[in-house]
Amino acid sequence: MLLHRPLSVLLSVLASLALAGTALAADLTALVGNLTSGGLSERAAAITALAASGEERAVPILEALAAGQLYTRNSDKLAVIGKVDGNRLALSEAISGKSAGSAVDADLERVRVNNRLRGVIEAAVGSLTLMSPNPRIRAEAADSLFTRRDATALAALDEALAAEKDPRIKRSMSEARAAIVLGSDAPASQKLAAIALVRDRADRDSLGILMTVAAASDGEVKTAAATAAASIEQSLAAWQMAQNIWYGISLGSVLLLAAIGLAITFGTMGVINMAHGEMVMLGAYTTFVVQDVIRTSAPHLFDVSLVIALPLAFVVSGAIGILIERTIIRFLYGRPLDTLLATWGLSLVLQQAVRSIFGSSNREVGAPSWMSGAFQLGQLNITYGRLWIVVFALIVFASLILLLRKTPLGLYMRAVTQNRPMAAAVGIRTPRVDALTFGLGSGIAGLAGVALSQIDNVSPNLGQGYIIDSFMVVVFGGVGNLFGTLIGALTLGVVNKFLEPYAGAVLGKILVLVFIIMFIQRRPRGLFALKGRSVE
Amino acid sequence: MVTRFLWQGMTRNLRLFVLLVLAVGILVPLSNLLLPADSAFRMPSWAVQLVGKYLCYASLALAVDLVWGFCGILTLGHAAFFALGGYCMGMYLMRQIGTRGVYGNPVLPDFMVFLNYKELPWFWHGFDSFWFAAPMIVLVPSVLALALGWFAFRSRVTGVYLSIITQAMTFALLLAFFRNDMGLGGNNGMTDFKDILGYSVQSDTTRAVLCFVSALALAIFLVISAAIVGSRFGKALTAVRDAESRMRFLGYRVERYKLFVFVLSAAMAGVAGALYVPQVGIINPSEFSPGNSIEAVLWVAVGGRGTLIGPVIGAFIVNFGKTWLTGALPEVWLFALGALFIVVTLLLPKGVVGLWNQFVNRSRERRARAAA
Repeated sequence: MLLHRPLSVLLSVLASLALAGTALAADLTALVGNLTSGGLSERAAAITALAASGEERAVPILEALAAGQLYTRNSDKLAVIGKVDGNRLALSEAISGKSAGSAVDADLERVRVNNRLRGVIEAAVGSLTLMSPNPRIRAEAADSLFTRRDATALAALDEALAAEKDPRIKRSMSEARAAIVLGSDAPASQKLAAIALVRDRADRDSLGILMTVAAASDGEVKTAAATAAASIEQSLAAWQMAQNIWYGISLGSVLLLAAIGLAITFGTMGVINMAHGEMVMLGAYTTFVVQDVIRTSAPHLFDVSLVIALPLAFVVSGAIGILIERTIIRFLYGRPLDTLLATWGLSLVLQQAVRSIFGSSNREVGAPSWMSGAFQLGQLNITYGRLWIVVFALIVFASLILLLRKTPLGLYMRAVTQNRPMAAAVGIRTPRVDALTFGLGSGIAGLAGVALSQIDNVSPNLGQGYIIDSFMVVVFGGVGNLFGTLIGALTLGVVNKFLEPYAGAVLGKILVLVFIIMFIQRRPRGLFALKGRSVE
Repeated sequence: MVTRFLWQGMTRNLRLFVLLVLAVGILVPLSNLLLPADSAFRMPSWAVQLVGKYLCYASLALAVDLVWGFCGILTLGHAAFFALGGYCMGMYLMRQIGTRGVYGNPVLPDFMVFLNYKELPWFWHGFDSFWFAAPMIVLVPSVLALALGWFAFRSRVTGVYLSIITQAMTFALLLAFFRNDMGLGGNNGMTDFKDILGYSVQSDTTRAVLCFVSALALAIFLVISAAIVGSRFGKALTAVRDAESRMRFLGYRVERYKLFVFVLSAAMAGVAGALYVPQVGIINPSEFSPGNSIEAVLWVAVGGRGTLIGPVIGAFIVNFGKTWLTGALPEVWLFALGALFIVVTLLLPKGVVGLWNQFVNRSRERRARAAA
């Protein structure tokens, strides 16, 4: 997928070059020559001729002409496109698109256009793009026609519609046509058919069109448009709901990543690790260092920088976690409140250490190409970055469950969680399990840091922003229960995103906090408490 | 009779300590006011302000100690009560500015004019009078503590869960007070105070009096705490700290004990915050940040939890260190603070006072052995 996109573009360019050959290029030169010479009246004919050639490369030329950026160079009468660059104009050859140096206004003559010509150009560009051999350009042209509702393009659209083979593009073309028909004074029967077509599109633009139609017309058309608009509004509300759920899941997966390591240390060992957020921060800074090294020494590896950073972040945070456990926390078992204070102190030290090494300003962590961009699913807008984080959170969660269920270490960890003295009695080395558990929890925090570096500022304060939220998730979900953490994180994420439109982001967060405070009163051990007979 | 009860609740050491606090509260301001400017014993004005600030911190530490050291409730949200008391005082001080603000509006404080408020929000009414603001300083934190404590203690939320709840509370308040819509100055908070009870907050005399009042408040809190801790009630409190379930099985209503001491402690923190604000001249939402509450817990831990003198000493030591280090070596401060947390919990669980007691006991034993 990484290589696929540029390759396909390259292939199609090569193919079109090979097919078009030199003969067409010569044609194009002649046509553009007609365009730049002669008066305003002949120019309209030249534009139409250019449009009739069906030549894709004519599109930027025509667009430049409409924008007043097409010039002929006085020295060699070459047609060039000039873009303002400081005091001078940066030139590129109109036909080949190659750079042609720069020039000042006096060296060039602008090819003039007037408003009538601009109309002609627009129609020409419309038909050129609608007839383009590249399906993506055709689809874009149809979509842009739908929003512009340009009546002059109707003829070109009809022609393109007849020639179109791809059913999806054909559909958007007929939708564009319907939108244009609705804006014209066509008979009611045609308009009714158009309304049905636009209604099925069911997005915000079509809602706008139907609303204006409902307001502007009367009789049968008015009622049809109004009902269609109402049905679109309904489906849009459902999509909005779906979008909110998606945002909620996305936020929930971030919370899950931040909280899951905590769930292990807190759940298994009863240790309140206030420095957990700093483990996340260390993971994010590991990502930064990895990218920094890659940028300077191996730029071609940039797209896999996150993949490289993942194990490193796990090792860095995990090793520091084990170090902390061996040097501080193991002396404080059975004193959870003291552990809390000591780890808080530790978090201050780690923050200041990172601040001293990397500076207190935000560090730039870039997104690899496969994580940038977005796609449309129905009316849902999903960014790749968020999607990957959701997927990543679920993978981490699943592997952790597997680790706990299927490996000896997991077995020991569960045994220690459920009954520490008995586990020790049957020969499990609980101190070693504690150290490994703490290292595992911290390492997972490091993994979370790699993911969070993509959506948050990488600064020494990164971890502080997550620590309270993570505790809320763990306590809400139930200590010692990973599925509780999963459900807790997703619930809180979705609830937060649903409150946001009504209460605003900050108030929504406050409400969630108050809700959790109330919830803990009802169920002091969280949603899914571990069942056991121990008292305190 | 009440005075005798209060006096007898104290040990000899504590009596001396209360007198010491009062002496500091009297001598420091007086030396600033009476001695000539070139005298070696004259405290400069900033030092008076600093001592006043430390005294307020000491009161907050004492409040934390009362619930944590004596009742085992580790609160990570006491700075919220401190800040609420401070905000009540801040509202009173804002109303005293009157037409001297930048916009000269006789009713609305500057930030409200700036944010296009048309009239005073309902909760601001009454704060123009000190005699309304003063009970509010005690009431607002107490009511919050009562509500939170009533729910939490009744449903037996204990230990780290309670810590997390209190932290969530102060975090929620932090977010809330950052909002401009709260009508409490948003993230800028309140500042530019002019008068308190008709006296300029900038003048040396007012500062001296505020410093003395802070010392007086701390002394009173010490006496009250000693009376409570020394009484039967206090014994029960300590028992709740050490074996909560057993106390419950014995028939004590554990939650009532906890609730009483929690609310009292919140009120003390509120008063401390109210005295703090006119001395530093500003109150803003950052006072609610969870870090502040944890730092207050550290003062108690450094001084010695479960003692009454400890938190006062701890607050002075840590804050003196903070003032000195943030001035001299700003990068080192967080390292030092963090290390202090770790060292105190690992090596000094009884704090400085515990260390002192250990030292005294050892030398006493040595003397006894030498005599025998």
